[in-house]
Amino acid sequence: MAQTTSQAETPGDQDRAPSRQELDFLIDRALFVRLETVRLISIAKVGHYSSVFSCAEIFAALYYDVMRLRRGEPEWPDRDRFLMGKGHAAVGLFPILADLDFFPKDMLDSYTRLGSPLGDHPDRRLVKGVDFSSGSIGHALSAGLGMALGARMQNKDFLTYVLLGDGEMQEGQVWAAAMAASHHRTANLVAIVDRNGVQLDGSVPDVIGIEPLDEKWRAFGWEVHEVDGHDMAALVATLRRVKADRSRRQPACIIANTVKGKGVSYMEKEHGWHLGYLGPEDEALAIAELKRGLAR
Amino acid sequence: MNGPVDPASWHYRQLATRAPTLGVLAQTLNELADAGHPVAAITADLQYSNGLAAFARKHPERFIQFGISEQNMVSAAAGLATTGIMPYVATFASFLALLCCEQIRTDIAYSDLPVRLIGHHTGIAMGFYGTSHHATEDIAIMRSIADLTVVAPADGVQFATALKASVNYRQPIYFRIGRGHDPQVYDDAGEFRFGKAVTHCEGEELTVIACGSTVHPALQAVKALRAEGRSVGFVDMHTIKPLDRDAVVQAMRSKLILTVEEHNIIGGLGGAVAEVMAETGGEARLIRHGIMDEYSLIAPPTHLYAHYRLDAPGIEAVAREALASL
Repeated sequence: MAQTTSQAETPGDQDRAPSRQELDFLIDRALFVRLETVRLISIAKVGHYSSVFSCAEIFAALYYDVMRLRRGEPEWPDRDRFLMGKGHAAVGLFPILADLDFFPKDMLDSYTRLGSPLGDHPDRRLVKGVDFSSGSIGHALSAGLGMALGARMQNKDFLTYVLLGDGEMQEGQVWAAAMAASHHRTANLVAIVDRNGVQLDGSVPDVIGIEPLDEKWRAFGWEVHEVDGHDMAALVATLRRVKADRSRRQPACIIANTVKGKGVSYMEKEHGWHLGYLGPEDEALAIAELKRGLAR
Repeated sequence: MNGPVDPASWHYRQLATRAPTLGVLAQTLNELADAGHPVAAITADLQYSNGLAAFARKHPERFIQFGISEQNMVSAAAGLATTGIMPYVATFASFLALLCCEQIRTDIAYSDLPVRLIGHHTGIAMGFYGTSHHATEDIAIMRSIADLTVVAPADGVQFATALKASVNYRQPIYFRIGRGHDPQVYDDAGEFRFGKAVTHCEGEELTVIACGSTVHPALQAVKALRAEGRSVGFVDMHTIKPLDRDAVVQAMRSKLILTVEEHNIIGGLGGAVAEVMAETGGEARLIRHGIMDEYSLIAPPTHLYAHYRLDAPGIEAVAREALASL
């Protein structure tokens, strides 16, 4: 966990199940991500709540348990890398980066204001702690592959994690990267697919079907794990196992089954929430539901 | 247009061994790697076309083959660059500049990463391979991308010095390399300075400004005219962006400026020079010579250069017409 510097450097490298105390902390951090997302979107008056809510546990598990990071040192060369194919969920990432002292916390309040470094998508040029800019769907796995290859070229042992949307699987470049990554045996590359089943124009199967996703990744030469992306214990255990396995010869893909809008009842049930604004009344309702802990 | 053709003079398969311009790519990267620079070479199924095979043999750990996945390759180069490696990415210019325009803009230039993009076989160099393989729009596309430097070396000597200079250059670069076996212009290109044109001579009547593969034939044309006593100047504008505005202003002391490029006349070197001239004022008139906003024909390149008057006799004829209009 990134609570202290010493722990932050070597978190969760061990192949063991997380303790109750660790889980409670991580669940709290996922709640923090959701609440901060609600708060920041209230500044912009529009944003991708539901895209963050589906991957809040993934954010928390990676940044507060699994990834090797140093608090306050966003450019530490040996840190694990994180890239977001689904860059529109950056509003959930920014509070974590500020919480890890990668940039001042009061910068969060500038979210989307004129000239702010913080917009809808992560921007490595403007925001310390963002390992790669994204926004255009389909580039991130390729860029992550480049980082994995760069690590190998320089005998560095950091891992590169790429969070992908399931709608993103429709983009051809993802599969070009998947093919190249297994060909080059980048075992230091981990893809996490946030399979929440919804994209802008509707449900993923209705827009362009992507299943069977596990078989596709396997066919492209990847080791595949499937997990409930909201079950923190299972998620952390899977991420720790993948990280600890040094015998793997191929890249790993974790398919996280998630719910778009997880944690807010009326968002979970409504497809239209890919992009929106709660408004003051619904916002209070959402915060109350989140605090009650639907995500637990 | 139907004269004899020597396939070895232009066929791309011959270029890796014969090409003095492209041949220096692997040779120079080998030297840079040997000297300890953190360079890597990347290509998309074209290591024999661009000669990178020679780098792959010497530094296999620094060479990455991406197969036919150019967009994946360009984004990966950006990721690679974030780790401290300096990637040199080479493939046909048509695929690099046109197919990967967005990856170059968003992943490399916007991210401000020191990736070196080498678009080779620019212009009409691919001859009968046709429109899909011709790159007559790449300068216009790359030039409009902020923070991206655009360089078109005249020959292998200049390309090698530019490559060596690139290791100390912070921003991303797009190198525009032609057929790969351009005749040698320079015995010694001296120190390469990005954004600083090479003025060969000045002229009161006409100044020819050329870049890349048109430098040699344009220089031949200028020499022929000067031998007749005409006051004709010549500028090798190897860096198209950032453009050497001072060199353009200097050239405007001539009555006429003739830009020569193996590119659509819209948005390329001629367009860049026109922008400076329009913003600067002055008396000089501009003639843009290149591909006239059309798709180039299918033919062996040697025939195409003659057809589009981009060989030495063609450029000389265009320059004579320009002088006659004074």
